Amino acid sequence: MQEHKDDICNKTQAKNMPNDEDEYDEYDSSDEEDTYNTVGNVPMKWYDDYNHLGYDWDGKKIPKPEKGDELDNFLKRMEDPDFWRTIKDPQTGQNIILSEADIDLIVRIQKQKIPDVQFDEYAPWVDWFTSEVMKTPLRKFPEHKRSFLPSKIEAKKVSKLVHALKMGWMKSTAEMQKDREKNQEPQFYMLWQSDDQAEEMRRIHKHIPAPKRHLPGHAESYNPPSEYLFDNKELKEWNKLKTTPWKRKLHFIPQKYNSLREVPAYSRYIKERFQRCLDLYLCPRALKMRLTIEPEALVPQLPSPRDLQPFPTTMFMVFKGHTDMVRSITAEPGGQFIASGGDDMLLKIWEVSTGRCLKTVPCGGVIRNIAWCPNQTISLIAVAADKKVLLINPGVGDDLISSKTDELLEIIPQSEKIVIDRVRSAVQWDQVEREHWSIGIRTQRNVRVYDLVKQEMVKKLLSNSQWISTMAIHPGGDNVLVATYDRKMLWFDLDLSTKPYQTLRLHGAGVRAVAFHKQYPLFASGGDDRGLIVSHGMVYNDLLQNPLIVPLKRLCHHESYNDFGILDIMFHPIEPWVFSAGADSTIRMYT
Amino acid sequence: MVVIGKKKYQSGEGAQFITRRAALRKLQLTLNDFRKLCILKGIYPREPRNRKRAQKGEPGIKTLYHKKDIQFLMHEPIIWKLRDYKIFNRKIGRAKAMKDFAKIKKYLSNHPTLKLDHIVKERYPTFIDALRDLDDCLTLCFLFSTFPSLPHIPRDQSLLCRRLTIEFLHAVIYTKALRKVFISIKGYYYQAEIKGQTITWIMPHHFCFEPQAKNEVDFKVMSTFVEFYIIMLGFVNYRLYHTLNLHYPPKLTNTGNNEKILVDEEAYVSERISALNVSLVSLDPSIPAVEDDEIEIDQFSSETDATKIEAARVEAEKIQKLKNLFKGIKVFINREVPREPLVFILRCFGGEVSWDKLLFVGATFDENDETITHQIVDRPSINKQYVSRYYIQPQWIFDSVNARELLPAEKYLMGAILPPHLSPFIDNRHDQTYIPPEERALMDPNYKLDNLEADSDEEVKNDDNENEQEEIEKKKMKIQADEITKKNPRKKAKRENDDKNENEHEEIEVQNDLSSGSDEEEEDDDNDNVQIVEEEEKNKKKKQAQLEKKKKMKVQAGEITKENSWEKAKREKQEYRLREKMIKKKHRKLYKSMMKGREERAKEIWLLRKKRRIHDAEEKEKRKEQRKQLNKSKAVKV
Repeated sequence: MQEHKDDICNKTQAKNMPNDEDEYDEYDSSDEEDTYNTVGNVPMKWYDDYNHLGYDWDGKKIPKPEKGDELDNFLKRMEDPDFWRTIKDPQTGQNIILSEADIDLIVRIQKQKIPDVQFDEYAPWVDWFTSEVMKTPLRKFPEHKRSFLPSKIEAKKVSKLVHALKMGWMKSTAEMQKDREKNQEPQFYMLWQSDDQAEEMRRIHKHIPAPKRHLPGHAESYNPPSEYLFDNKELKEWNKLKTTPWKRKLHFIPQKYNSLREVPAYSRYIKERFQRCLDLYLCPRALKMRLTIEPEALVPQLPSPRDLQPFPTTMFMVFKGHTDMVRSITAEPGGQFIASGGDDMLLKIWEVSTGRCLKTVPCGGVIRNIAWCPNQTISLIAVAADKKVLLINPGVGDDLISSKTDELLEIIPQSEKIVIDRVRSAVQWDQVEREHWSIGIRTQRNVRVYDLVKQEMVKKLLSNSQWISTMAIHPGGDNVLVATYDRKMLWFDLDLSTKPYQTLRLHGAGVRAVAFHKQYPLFASGGDDRGLIVSHGMVYNDLLQNPLIVPLKRLCHHESYNDFGILDIMFHPIEPWVFSAGADSTIRMYT
Repeated sequence: MVVIGKKKYQSGEGAQFITRRAALRKLQLTLNDFRKLCILKGIYPREPRNRKRAQKGEPGIKTLYHKKDIQFLMHEPIIWKLRDYKIFNRKIGRAKAMKDFAKIKKYLSNHPTLKLDHIVKERYPTFIDALRDLDDCLTLCFLFSTFPSLPHIPRDQSLLCRRLTIEFLHAVIYTKALRKVFISIKGYYYQAEIKGQTITWIMPHHFCFEPQAKNEVDFKVMSTFVEFYIIMLGFVNYRLYHTLNLHYPPKLTNTGNNEKILVDEEAYVSERISALNVSLVSLDPSIPAVEDDEIEIDQFSSETDATKIEAARVEAEKIQKLKNLFKGIKVFINREVPREPLVFILRCFGGEVSWDKLLFVGATFDENDETITHQIVDRPSINKQYVSRYYIQPQWIFDSVNARELLPAEKYLMGAILPPHLSPFIDNRHDQTYIPPEERALMDPNYKLDNLEADSDEEVKNDDNENEQEEIEKKKMKIQADEITKKNPRKKAKRENDDKNENEHEEIEVQNDLSSGSDEEEEDDDNDNVQIVEEEEKNKKKKQAQLEKKKKMKVQAGEITKENSWEKAKREKQEYRLREKMIKKKHRKLYKSMMKGREERAKEIWLLRKKRRIHDAEEKEKRKEQRKQLNKSKAVKV
C-alpha cells in the first residue's frame, strides 16, 4: 500500500509539476528518475533525530518542513476543506492533496475491483495459439517419410504377441476373465476309481486316524428324562469347577425344553467346533491299547481254601488273666500247656484243653521273650525278663520229668558268648536251624546265615525294607519268612536266591509276628492291624516247583491297645491250632 | 585310544522325533504357514513312548513331530504355493503403499491358488477311508454354511459349504441312508450309514452364529480346515452321485427356478429347503432308482452261529422297514416348526412334505388338502382343525425314526406334555450303564412305566422302604448282617425290575466292602457258628460213611442245617479280599483304578436312580392332589 501511494504521489507530482511535454513522460513509470530524495527506500524513522529528511540530487540536505504547533494544525484542519484528502509525503515531508482520480482509484482498489476503469473483463478471448490445424503448416519443411511408414519395432512386438496368443502362451483378457471365473470354483471329478482299492503313493508314515467324537447321551437331549437334570448340588459343583472345566462330569448343563420351538442356539457351539479343530491338528496322537478285561481277571487264581483244610477258622478260646500286654507265648512240645509272659511281669502257664491258668510266676521284670525247652525229657522254660535270663521249671505235666529237671538245674551252666563281634550294633534276635547246623542272624535290614560248623557266613538275605521285625524258619529249613514293620512279609527261598521269592502285603500295618506250623503246611502272621492271617505255605520236595502260598483266613478278634494289635503268634505243636498273644492282655486260640 | 561309539540320540526314539521349532527351521516356513500346511496335509504331533529320550534329554514338554512326517511335508508341492503367497502379499503390500492401483489389480487378477486334489487322494487312499473321516468334515461344513461373511474367511467358502452340504443331504435322501436322529441342545444329530460306514454329523440350531472373542476362536484356523473339507466333500459327493447314477452337479426335476437370485439370506435358506423337497434327475432314466430289493443274507457266510445269522437277518429287515417308515404319509409342516430337519428326515424315509405356500417357496400342496395324514404343530392349540389328520408335535418324527416304527401318536398330540426324548446312540453293551425307565419300556414291551400306574401306591411305598434301607446299607456296613436277614423274606415279593436293581446294589456293596479293606470289623460269633456248622456237616458225612464199619461209636443224628447263602457269599467275599492282596505288584495300581472306576459308575447310577425316584414321587403327589381337587369339585357339583 505504501508503494502504491508512492506511485500515486509520483504521478501527482508529475502532474503538478509544470514540466514541458515529454513523449515518454506519460508511460515512463521509473521511480528513480524523478525522485527528489536520494536516500532510497529506507524507513524514514531513521531520520527522526535529524532535522533533515535526506539529500537531493545535488547532495544537499532536504530540510524537514516546519511543523507548526498543534493549535495551528488544528485550526488548519478545521478550516481546510481538503484536509481529508491531504497526505504527507514521507520522502519530502510535504503535504500533498490527492486528486479526484486518485481517490477514485483508491476506492476501486478497496472495493477489490480492477483499478483501471477502462479495462473490460468480459472482452472476447483472442486465441493466439490455436489448436486448430491449419491448412498450410506454420513450419516450412514437410513431414518425414518415417512418419508415414508403420514402425518395424512395433510390428515385431505385435508379431510376438500374436505368436504368443496363437501358441496359447498368452491369453486375451476376455479369455483370462473366463478362466478366472472357471477356476474360482473347485472342479470335481472321479478321484477314486473304486471303493476300496488304494493307489500306491507316498502317504503319512504310520498314520493314526483321529478318534471320533463321543456320541451324545440322554443328558444332551433337548427334553431329557428328569433324572439327568442337575439338582442344586450338582449345579453348584459344576459352577465351582469353572477354572478346571475338564474335571466336570458333563461339559454342559442339561436343559429341558417343553417344545422344539423353544430350543435356542447353543452358545458354545462354535467354540466346541474350534476346539475339535485344534485337537485335530495340535493334539499329539499315539496308539493306546484299551484294556477290555474285567478287574477280576487280574486277581491271581489260587486254589480254594476249602481244598486246603485243615486250618484254624474260628476262635475257640480266650485266655484271660494277664493285666498288661502279652509279649510272648510258647507251647510245651507235647502241646498240653502253653506259657505266656508280658508287661505285667508275670509268667503264666495255661492248660490248653481247659483254658485254666495253672501257675503264675512273678519274674520281677518285663518279660520280653519266653521259650519252652524243645527237649521233652526236660521241663524247662527260659524267660528273658528285664536284663536277666531265668530258667524256670514250671512243674506241670509229668512229675518225674519235673523232678529230674530240678536236679539238673542245680548245676550252674558255664556262660558262653555266641554273638559275633562284627554285628554288634543291631542284632536283635536269632534263630537256629537245627538240621543244617547253621544260624540265621537278623540285623535291622538284612538276615545273615552262618554255618556253625565251619564258622563262616554263608549268605546274606537282602530284605530291601527299612526294619525287620521278626522272622520264622520253615521246618524244612530251606525257606525263611521275614516280617517287617513296613507291612510286608518276605518269603525267602534259600536255594533260589538272596532276594525274596515273594513279597506278601497281607497286613495293613506293621507285621509283628510270624510262625510256621511244624507239621502242617501252614503259617500265620499277625501285626498291628489286629488281624491274624492264616496262610497255606506248601513247600514241595521237588526243587523245580515253587512254594505255593495261599492266604486262607483272616481272624480279627484282638482289640487295639496303644496302636498295638498282635504281639506274638504260635502254632500248636501237633494240632492245626494257632495262638495269638495280643496287646489287649489276652491270648486267643483258634481252631 | 579313542573309542568310536555311537553318539547319543542318533538312533532310536531320539532320532525319530523332531520338535516343532526344528521342523520350522527345516522347512523354512513361518509358524502360520506350517500350521496351514499341517492342517491341509493332516500332519499331527505324536506322543512318544519315552518323552525324555524323544526330546533328546531336554526338559519340559515340547510338541514333537515324527521325522518322517516332516520329510513328507518337505516334498509337498503346495509349500511352493505358500511361498508364492508370501511374495504375492509382499507385492500387493508394496503396490498398495505406492498407490499403484493398476498393479494391484494386475496382481489380484492372478493370485496364486492352492490345489488340494492330490492331498485328498493322499490322505484318503480309498473312498471308504474318506467316508469314515466324514464326521468332522460335515459338521464343520454345516456350521460354515450358516456363517455370514467374516473377515479372514474367503467369501465364497460359506456359499460353497451350503451347496455341498445340500448335495450331500440329497444323496442321503436318495439312498435312504439315514439311520438315527437326535435333537440335542447343541443341534440335530444325524447318523447315516453309507457303504457300511456310519457317519454322524451335527446340524446346529438356528442362529448359531455369534461373534467370538479373538483369543477364544480363531476363524482363520477353522477356515483352513474348511478349505480342505470343501474339496474333500466335493469329491465324495461326486463319487456318491456317480455310484447312484445321478448327475453331478445335481439337476432337480423342477427346472423352473434354476436361476438362483440371492435376494437375501432368508430367501436362500428357503430355497435350500425347498430344494430338499425335490427329487433328482438320474443320468440314465432307463435304470430304476433305488431298488427295494429283498436282502438275502448269504447262507454260506463264515458265520456259523445260527443265532447270529438270525440276528443279522432281523436287523436287515428292520432297516428295510425303516427305509420306508413314512411311506404313504403326507405331512404338512406348520410355520413355527423348524422345517429343514423335518423335511430332510421325512423325505429320507419316503414321506411327502409341504408347508405354507405363502410364506416359503417350494410348497407342493396346501394345508386344506384332505389327503394330509399328519400336520406337525409346535403350538399349544390351533383354531381350524381337520378331523382327517393327526396334529402332532415334531418330536414324534424323531422318536419314530429311532424306534424304527411309527409310534402311537397319543403321547405326541398337540398340547400334550412330551415324553422324554432319548438318545439313540447309547449302547447298553456295557453292563454298568443306567437305563432310564422310558428306554427300558421301549426295549421290552412288558415293562410298565412306574409313573403311569395309578394304583401302585403300595409298591411305591415298598420301594421307598427299600431305598431307605439301601442307603443305610451304604452308610453302615456294620449292621449289614441284620439288614440282609431282613431282606431275605422280602425278595420273594419283588418285581422283576426291582430284582435287577437289587443285584446291582449288591454289587455296590461288594465293592464297598472291598474298598474298606482291612479295617473292617466283622467275624461276629454267628459267622463262626456257620463255620462250626460246616465242620459238623463234614464230620457228619464222614461219619455216615464210617457208620457201617464202626457201629460201636454212638452217633447222634445231627440237625440238618442248610448253609446260609449270604454267609457263604460273605465267606467268599472274604476269601476274595485275601486273594486280592496277592495281585502282582505291577497290576496293583491298574486293579485299583479299575475298581475305582467301577465304583464311580455304580455311584453315578445310584445317583440317577435316586433322582428319578424323588422326581417320580413328586409327580405322584401332584397327580394325587389334582385328583383330589377333581373329586372335590365333582362332589360340590353333585
